[in-house]
Amino acid sequence: MAALEIIGLEKTYSVGFWRKRPKHALRPLHLAVEEGEIFGFLGPNGAGKTTTLKLLMGLVFPTSGSARILGFEWTDPKVKAQIGFLPEQPYFYDYLTARELLAYYAQLSGVPAKERRRRVDAVLHRVGLPDVGGVQLRKFSKGMLQRVGIAQAILHNPRIVFFDEPMSGLDPMGRREVRDLMEQLKHEGKTVFFSTHVLSDAEALCDRVAIIHQGELRGIGVVADLTSNVHGKVEVVWQGTRVPSSLKALEAECHVTGDTVRAVLPEENQDAAIDALRREHLRLISLIPVRASLEDYFVQKLAPREKVEGVTV
Amino acid sequence: MNARVIHIASNTFREAVRDRVLYNLIAFALLLSGAAILVGQISIEIEKLVVINLGLTAVSLFGVVIAIFIGIGLVSKEIDRRTLYTVLSRPVRRWEFIVGKFFGLAGTLVVNTFFMAMGVFGALLYLAHHFHKADAWVLVALYFIILQFLIICALALLFSSFSSPLLSAVFAFALFVIGSFAEDLRGFATMAQGGSRWLATGAAYLVPNFSALNVISSVAHEQPIPGHLILYNTLYAALYTAMAVCGAVLIFEHRNLK
Repeated sequence: MAALEIIGLEKTYSVGFWRKRPKHALRPLHLAVEEGEIFGFLGPNGAGKTTTLKLLMGLVFPTSGSARILGFEWTDPKVKAQIGFLPEQPYFYDYLTARELLAYYAQLSGVPAKERRRRVDAVLHRVGLPDVGGVQLRKFSKGMLQRVGIAQAILHNPRIVFFDEPMSGLDPMGRREVRDLMEQLKHEGKTVFFSTHVLSDAEALCDRVAIIHQGELRGIGVVADLTSNVHGKVEVVWQGTRVPSSLKALEAECHVTGDTVRAVLPEENQDAAIDALRREHLRLISLIPVRASLEDYFVQKLAPREKVEGVTV
Repeated sequence: MNARVIHIASNTFREAVRDRVLYNLIAFALLLSGAAILVGQISIEIEKLVVINLGLTAVSLFGVVIAIFIGIGLVSKEIDRRTLYTVLSRPVRRWEFIVGKFFGLAGTLVVNTFFMAMGVFGALLYLAHHFHKADAWVLVALYFIILQFLIICALALLFSSFSSPLLSAVFAFALFVIGSFAEDLRGFATMAQGGSRWLATGAAYLVPNFSALNVISSVAHEQPIPGHLILYNTLYAALYTAMAVCGAVLIFEHRNLK
């Protein structure tokens, strides 16, 4: 069963004071996320990621379309007990302590009274804030608030979690901890849907990603497939600082770093390049095909229409 | 009552209790009750009348200020700060949020009134050294003041559900002022002719009738309050409040939280 199924969800706002004109925040979106996967929702700022999440959380109403979460209509209040949500740059009731805030959210999520205290303590420990539970949130740093945000999203043991830019405001250690946490959630069988514009996070974590731009889905697929697109080039690395002159004829782009040389050349010239190295008695370290990164895929998916739009404008 | 409504109401109450501005306003109201003693001492023979009049007016005015001050931010502040997102993404219905917010503020106002009323009774005790039977009518006046607060609180919530805090404050305060002269407005309506008569009658019955809820002067003069007025005012306030809260719910149910 799909954990999340988005069926033609669309949001159009009317902008302008006198002459209203439509602004498409999200064009009809069709998407399915399988149970137990980490799904990355990628796009530049203003692409429609947050709008999609707000629609799914019932914070804004769609112009058309619908969605099913864990098999239920997304508007069904029952399904919300199974959802965890971290908004972008979360802000919480700063007059509460972290423990009070989490206890309040536990109450609203229907966590039984006898379990609340244990759950709150456990989740504070899990996000690395075990010692500041009694501190008012107004004294928290941005990174600490982000951790509280993650804590409130997983507090009630939801089956699917939606994170909007979860790494925002975190230092490198914090980012790593959140990545680990998301991996753990996956191992616990939960579905993780997260939006980001940081591609390295998505590449490291996601089973599948979707790319959205200007409210429109531009691409979707398994990360490994998207990044296995061989460019028809190979990377040859050898020891030394010397570059055989014959390599220039083989269209090699060479870079010397320390006592190694890295050359990128067309795949059909790789045998000739190895022969050249052998003749010069240079020690070959590696020969690997050049793969497209997620960034390459991302840029490729956004670029063509940008150019077309550039011409139209 | 619905458990989620109770949790939201408790949190709203807790937010108000932890707001320092609230304590300043209560302290100011208590100071005014204390000042009433001084004014009473220079008002020969009518000390008690002055204390009740000034004390209850201070409770009413500061209560209205607190109701508007907190009420206007109840929804708009939650939207602006996006604290609402993590509440409505849980199994909480929008009407539960609005009703919970209303009860939270109403509870805050009742507790505030209790403390401010202590000041008034303290001033009365200081003057007379003991309570009279007629002082019990002060409790009725306080009850009517609380009914006023409930209406103001519901109106502030209604305005807060679709406009900015500043506009909500202007609307709520304007309605409080106009409502305080509702009886005069009704009198004017009976004297008007033609279309303006319909307009004035409509406006007179649409604005909350706060003048019927103001019995401070009667109580100060130790005049008893008829039982049917207590019943009528209770029903009127309950109905008006319920309608305003329902209006807030209807608007909020269809609002996009951008």
